Amino acid sequence: MVYTQSPLAIGLFISFVLFVLGLSFFLARRTTSSEGYYAAGGNIHWFTNGIAFAGDYLSAASFLGICGMIATAGYDGWMYSIGYLAGWMVALFLVAEPMKRLGKFTFTDAIDSKFNSKSIQLMAAISTLVVSVFYLIPQMVGAGVLVQPLLGLPHWVGVCIVGVVVTIIVATAGMASTTYVQFFKGALLLIFTTVVVVGVFSRGLSTSPNQGGEKEYHQFMSMTATVASTGDLQISDTSYRAAADWKSSNFGKAGFVKLTKDGVDSIWQAKETATGLQLEETLYVKTMADGTKLFNGAEKQEGKFFAVGHVKELKIDGKEVAETGSLGPLSYLSAVKDSTVILWGKKYIQEADSKTVVYFQKPTPGSRLLRPGLKFKVDNATGTQKFNFISLMLALFCGTAALPHILIRYYTVPSQAAARKSTIVAIAAIGFFYVLTLFLGIGAMTSGVINLTDNNMSAPLLALSFGVVLFAIISSIAFATVLGTVSGLIVAASGAVAHDLMDRFLGMQMTDGGKVRAGKISAVVVGGIAIYLGIIFEGMNVSFLVGWAFAVAASANLPAILMILFWEKTTAQGVSTSILVGLTTAMGIILISPDMFVRYGMLPTQAPISFNSPAAISIPLSFLALVVVSLMTQKKGIEVTDAAKA
Amino acid sequence: MGHGPAVKLGKDNAADYKTRLGIKMFIFYTITYASFVVINATNPSVMEMIIMGQTLAVVYGFALIVLALLMAIIYNAMCNAAEARLNK
Repeated sequence: MVYTQSPLAIGLFISFVLFVLGLSFFLARRTTSSEGYYAAGGNIHWFTNGIAFAGDYLSAASFLGICGMIATAGYDGWMYSIGYLAGWMVALFLVAEPMKRLGKFTFTDAIDSKFNSKSIQLMAAISTLVVSVFYLIPQMVGAGVLVQPLLGLPHWVGVCIVGVVVTIIVATAGMASTTYVQFFKGALLLIFTTVVVVGVFSRGLSTSPNQGGEKEYHQFMSMTATVASTGDLQISDTSYRAAADWKSSNFGKAGFVKLTKDGVDSIWQAKETATGLQLEETLYVKTMADGTKLFNGAEKQEGKFFAVGHVKELKIDGKEVAETGSLGPLSYLSAVKDSTVILWGKKYIQEADSKTVVYFQKPTPGSRLLRPGLKFKVDNATGTQKFNFISLMLALFCGTAALPHILIRYYTVPSQAAARKSTIVAIAAIGFFYVLTLFLGIGAMTSGVINLTDNNMSAPLLALSFGVVLFAIISSIAFATVLGTVSGLIVAASGAVAHDLMDRFLGMQMTDGGKVRAGKISAVVVGGIAIYLGIIFEGMNVSFLVGWAFAVAASANLPAILMILFWEKTTAQGVSTSILVGLTTAMGIILISPDMFVRYGMLPTQAPISFNSPAAISIPLSFLALVVVSLMTQKKGIEVTDAAKA
Repeated sequence: MGHGPAVKLGKDNAADYKTRLGIKMFIFYTITYASFVVINATNPSVMEMIIMGQTLAVVYGFALIVLALLMAIIYNAMCNAAEARLNK
């Protein structure tokens, strides 16, 4: 797709970034102690902290990734929303108050609170760094994705802007600045997402979504063809011609026909009928050997690669209609359920001198897309496929309460009751947002706004369909989403380096000012690493990587947190072994998974395992390691029952 | 640098009660969530069943989100009451 930059969008974006920087410099004057830098002095109001939790949590994965996934795969994308929210129940019921009671600045503080063990300090700091970096990569990639339509700048520039701005935010004021940035961002995200969803309801559904009359929707063509006795293909529209090898070519073998009209190639999905073939228009991207790309046979700038997404057969109250007019939330879902929506499949066709990705129409009953199974293999699935699905849902459930940048937010409030209340505010805000994601995703799915080459942009492009002002605001907020989340992650990572490793593990003698300086220098270094990783991981799916970050966090951290709180025989050796086993097992499985083999340039079938999500193996192993090692080291162990109850 | 809480916290006599309550509510929610995952994994076509005009998947999904908020509010109210009663 070709994006046109709006001066308003650029102006809003720059204003927002300047506001955030100004806020950071203002708050920096009040951040002189390590308590101020790492925990915002522990005096943030619980409501502010709750919305800031939402700001931290509703990252690029939620806003961009989930909406894009729902837009292209229906209910399966919403499964992420449900899993992410469910994880907050682990945080509220088991972790929130004990974390506040036990820790000071970092996740390591809490799990090492009664042991003072060097091995725990080292392993927990490494775990924090690894999880933070895993989580940083998709955020930075998301930033790169956003700047292309917003500012017309390449991916790497977006990554650098985020990296530099965030590093300045964190290096100036630490957790106080990060908290207020997250508060404003979280609140704005909820307000303006609601505005877009109200717009979706107001517009209703249409078989030809013209974005309120602003933009004509491309009507996808359909033709018939017959096969002559010579084997030639005779097409109903005689201005199109098929090559002689239409059937034996790689396109033909994959169920497509390549046609030529006025010297331009087009690719059609071929479906056999009683009288011949039914040909349906597709979209395609052809990559030549020299890297040149053609979008539907033309340069990208020519705009021939259309935005897609429409209802094919629209029914309301059992009657077929062309458009519904305004609908309420439930009647909107009912109309989708009773209708047939065009989703899009994707196939790769290799030729001698090029590789082509063909996007073809898949008419799908609404009731089918409003239940799982379009993305996750659960229908007639093998045991491994079901295991992979369960493992992912387990990672989402267990990951939230083990994310270091979420856990450290419990230190910014003054009491255990405030920690609990801020979690409840977070659940309300995040739950509300995740309800909205379903409507955002389906809205994008049916409004002709999906860019098939990058579905991460579905939510901002849905906003664009309501006008450039809303697009400008939503894009700026989306960018702020990335800024905020990256800020939190860099605070967590810099705390792991400066506080856990330098101060506690290595025992470096530093003044309080020196500790703050060490944190700021660490933030700059981690920010630099994040920029580098954000650039080299361009093109990776945002939600995909976040799912892994959850799995690694849940495997490495959650067993240690829970067992310290609830099992009196837990020992320091057991905790550090558990973190090591969880971290290495989860990372190891990820590195040999089929999806990673695709990243290595190999086929997924070459991977030694056939599933991608490690949680169902690595979490139990981490628990097992803790129990076995703790039982083996009882004489040296320290009972922690009192610590959990104090 | 010490590693106790960043702010001084008073003794909480309600901690035991809140821990027990949290575990019970966690188990209840986990069972509800696990049932959702297991149905999706083993018999996904059931989720296409229509209940109250929507697919079961949509109804169950909304129910999990609303249940989370309701349980959080109830938990907070019970914890507040226990703190008021035991931390006089």
